[in-house]
Amino acid sequence: MDRKLGVYICSGCSIGESIDVNRLVDVAQKEHKAPVCRTHPFLCGEEGLAAIRNDLAQGAIDSLVIAGCSPRTKTNAFSFDSQTVMDRVNLREHVAWSHEPGNEDTQMLAEDCLRMGIVKVRKMEPLEPVSDAISKTILVVGGGVAGITAALEAADADYDVVLVERQEQLGGSLAAVKKHFPTHPPYTGLQETGLPEKIAKVTRHPRIKVYTATRIVKTEGQPGMFDVTLQNGGQPFVHRAGAVVMATGWKPYDASKLAHLGYGSSPDVVTNDQFEAMIGGGPVVRPSDGKPARSVLFIQCAGSRDKDHLPYCSSVCCMATLKQADVTHQTSPATKVYIVYRDIITTGQYERYFAKVQNHPATFLMKGDVVAVRTQSGEHLHVDVKNTLLDEDITIPADIVVLATGLVPNAADNDAIRDLRDAHAKVQRNESETQRAEAEKTVERLRSHEGTEILNLTYRQGPDLPILRDGFPSSNFVCFPYETLRTGIYAAGAVRAPMDSAGAEEDALGAAMKAIQSVEMASSGQAVHPRAGDLSYPSFLLQRCTQCKRCTVECPFGSIDEDAKGTPKFNSYRCRRCGVCMGACPERIISFKNYSVDMIAGMIKAIEVPEEEEEKLRVLLFMCENDAYPALDVAGMNHVAYDASVRVIPLRCLGSMNIVWIADALSRGIDGVMLMGCKYGEDYQCHFAKGSEIAHRRLENVKETLQRLQLESERVEVSQISIDQYKKVPEIINAFMERMRELGPNPYKGF
Amino acid sequence: MNNGNTASSNGNSLLVIGGGVAGLTSAIEAAEAGCNVILIEKSPFLGGRAIGFNLYFPKLCPPACGFEINFRRIRNNPRITVLTQAELEELTGSTGNYEATVKVSPRFVTEACTLCGACAATCPALRPDEFNFGLSKTRAAYLPHKMAFPEEYVIDRNACIKDCTACVDACRYGAINLEQQIERKKFQVAAVVVATGWAPYDATKITNLGFGQFPNVVTNVLLERMASSNGPTAGKILRPSDGKMPATVAFVQCAGSRDENHLPYCSSVCCSASLKHSTYIHTLDPEAQVTIFYIDTRTPGLLQDFYAKVATNDQLKMIKGKVGRVEEDPQTHDLLVTAEEVITGKKLTQRFSLVVLAAGIVPQTNGLPLALTQDEFGFLANETPGIYATGCAKRPEDVSATVRDATGAALKALQCAVRSAHHG
Repeated sequence: MDRKLGVYICSGCSIGESIDVNRLVDVAQKEHKAPVCRTHPFLCGEEGLAAIRNDLAQGAIDSLVIAGCSPRTKTNAFSFDSQTVMDRVNLREHVAWSHEPGNEDTQMLAEDCLRMGIVKVRKMEPLEPVSDAISKTILVVGGGVAGITAALEAADADYDVVLVERQEQLGGSLAAVKKHFPTHPPYTGLQETGLPEKIAKVTRHPRIKVYTATRIVKTEGQPGMFDVTLQNGGQPFVHRAGAVVMATGWKPYDASKLAHLGYGSSPDVVTNDQFEAMIGGGPVVRPSDGKPARSVLFIQCAGSRDKDHLPYCSSVCCMATLKQADVTHQTSPATKVYIVYRDIITTGQYERYFAKVQNHPATFLMKGDVVAVRTQSGEHLHVDVKNTLLDEDITIPADIVVLATGLVPNAADNDAIRDLRDAHAKVQRNESETQRAEAEKTVERLRSHEGTEILNLTYRQGPDLPILRDGFPSSNFVCFPYETLRTGIYAAGAVRAPMDSAGAEEDALGAAMKAIQSVEMASSGQAVHPRAGDLSYPSFLLQRCTQCKRCTVECPFGSIDEDAKGTPKFNSYRCRRCGVCMGACPERIISFKNYSVDMIAGMIKAIEVPEEEEEKLRVLLFMCENDAYPALDVAGMNHVAYDASVRVIPLRCLGSMNIVWIADALSRGIDGVMLMGCKYGEDYQCHFAKGSEIAHRRLENVKETLQRLQLESERVEVSQISIDQYKKVPEIINAFMERMRELGPNPYKGF
Repeated sequence: MNNGNTASSNGNSLLVIGGGVAGLTSAIEAAEAGCNVILIEKSPFLGGRAIGFNLYFPKLCPPACGFEINFRRIRNNPRITVLTQAELEELTGSTGNYEATVKVSPRFVTEACTLCGACAATCPALRPDEFNFGLSKTRAAYLPHKMAFPEEYVIDRNACIKDCTACVDACRYGAINLEQQIERKKFQVAAVVVATGWAPYDATKITNLGFGQFPNVVTNVLLERMASSNGPTAGKILRPSDGKMPATVAFVQCAGSRDENHLPYCSSVCCSASLKHSTYIHTLDPEAQVTIFYIDTRTPGLLQDFYAKVATNDQLKMIKGKVGRVEEDPQTHDLLVTAEEVITGKKLTQRFSLVVLAAGIVPQTNGLPLALTQDEFGFLANETPGIYATGCAKRPEDVSATVRDATGAALKALQCAVRSAHHG
């Protein structure tokens, strides 16, 4: 489509003093035949903006390039209606403020920036959002305190809710708790759990449909249109839902693995769950003989904070133990209560309750590690403790030993199940002797995951939420704790991270909010976080697809399924618009209307590459627009100078980098290519989780290509940059240019 | 982001008080669910305390990374109105139907500001930089920090030299208006989210720990600024007395917290924060000896992984004991830290070149024109339907827990908006 392009160049903020703006006008009008090109010393001011609006209103232009400050600034001023195609060229932070004024190289940089912007806009098309009938019903999986809370809170905001519980009764783990430790001021007395009232409310609520003793047979579709097949004995039936809150809770750690703490050796060694049932009635008695217990000893972190068992802190056991000590003292005031702990973790106002229980004259806290719980028939138990603060190992006699066992999330390990299924399929296909043997081994290794599915998503990438660590499908982002790798599905409560019931209620409230937001955004075709509001989405030119499956495998969000032949089936409402699929595709058939392989290839082509005898190098720099690019902006604000030979192309995510661009650039004689993306690996910072890592992996293949072309592998370099490294970015650029100068020009120049 | 009101698909407008992590989250999450939101912030920029941190635990990632995304969410969302230097003056009405009067103090810089920086370059007056706790100075015309949002300079008229108009003359864009007056704006809102945050405990009150008496006793929040590359020492952690890198550093945990004479509650974040701070020091000097004096190390949940990882460093020593006294060697300005083991009563004194007090969290909940119940510590209890406290105004909590809580608070507020839309 031929665009009526307007190019508007701001000469303010020292741009005009740094470069010759008239020569930019020539680039727009003479080179690129833009019908309208204007310059203004204060483009974001009323007069400058009025000129742009006027050109739009007159129909003189339908698309525009704004060349001036960084696209991260003045967004209010430069916002036009969504059908106007627009891009911003960063002449201020990336040119005028970071390069020598009046210098030829600075001028060439500015001109190339403008050329790239013009080509980009010419290849962009107005966006048409997807629009389908969106279900705003929220599916809540799990009828414990988190699930019930999520259901009630979403329903109270006028959303229909389907609540599914596997057990016969609602209530989950909290149902076994008689009295709860205090979670409200004054934080000193026991309180009711409030669960029966909540169950009554959720059962009566006109907007909530409750299914107990029900399992999810499968979940098909995508946000806004999940078709959830449920079964509770009889015929399966289907509910349509728009988003999912997964609140499947926790189970206690298997105490049979705690034989070293005496579990199984005596009926008087019990878990905290078992002890909960023993208290609150009459005096606390020994299970072995029914005699009143003269002493009870709690072993904290029984399994938790232990790399051989649960590496995490279970978060609830300290308060739970203090409560059980408190309840014990209410019925058996003389019973001595020992608490052997490593750290008492009672954060915030909970400290008040700790102080109260600790002050009871029959409470004894002892920091140390339990090394053995010994049983002598007829006698009490003996607990050996070392590493105490008393500089000596001690033995404490106790009638009852309570193991404060931790919590284990009720989650399904998506990746393990997917690998298991793939291995099963391989065994069946019987491809080759070695492949089958390998697959059989995988089946054996992962067999314990058989039948553990919860959501039963029909996604190519597996049936459940991927696990972050230690079995929890949590978020890896400090700032975005509800982020999951499956759009529209949010974990809440103790399945997401260890937390107590008060925490689970709050967590469920937030997850319900995210679910509501997800259906609201879907109903207007908008992407959710981190590209919130984005209306673009990829389209697939399937006639040219070779069924290589790279897009289905690499999409971090499982947006793409595939048919029996391996042809991708894209689900736009699962999509987060990162473009990783576009970067993955070797056939270049995946494009957004405003972001495509062809568009960036065109930008690369627009760069003027000087002849070899000019002795000027050109280097391409692909930058993650979320972190590396803002870091370079700050370098500009600090007026830090760096080599003017680099040409920056921002990417939605480094994972959207298609390696064809690197081949394009090098075969055009561009001397080197740098890439800057987010940190990857265990503590990844990539907002699209895997994008940066995938880009790094793709580059391994590029190195082979370079060798084939007999180009030095040093000509392509990728670095991990976080947004605060604005001092390092210019240094990396300069160091790279230094190495390029040593290597000399790209021999393909001029071909 | 917008400056007026637009139609809402999900009920009426909400007011969010406080532009830190909690308030930003509530505002953005509610707006993306279809509410109109007025976000008011007392200071000239959004981001609260957290935007001044160097890194977050446990990932050791920069706060600006998440703020960049959140600011973009605001820029792209016409449902959010941001007012800085704004405070709630009065709230009348009831749930679903409040009228809020917001007092907006003058910035003296208009939206025409381009960030060119000419005003600060010519401004002759200096003021202490509160972003750096006064450890550095800015001009009276200043940008709070390089990634400040909204992206506008601000003028501190109290710091100006009388009758000076240097900035007005320097600004080519007519963006400075020294005649700006206080404005009062009224908004009809269905609900209010109170996210007024926290301040560090005033460590000078803990007289036995020497803060304010000895130069080399600093607080955890000061250390954050020193460690930040945009801080007063450009990322170096230095002894204030001589500007040298400290070879031995002591962290005094529960400096004020868990102490009936100061803050009887646990501030929740200081243990993880000090562990994080020890990584700052070891990044700058792997040989530095770091000792953390603690009562309990509280790294709940998945933060335990972080503790386990940091604790593998042989240069980090954890000593269980409450520090009773910090004294100074006047010759070297080194510090003598005396800790007492609670049970045995054993005392131990060690010498350090820098002492960091893990000062606790104090809720910023006084002075609001709202009838809200506070607990005995000043944290807000959520007992008034229509007004929802969140973040550290409600309980001491870390960034992740705050985001989680603030997302939930947004739903409580949204419910009021939805109900009010039905009845209105």
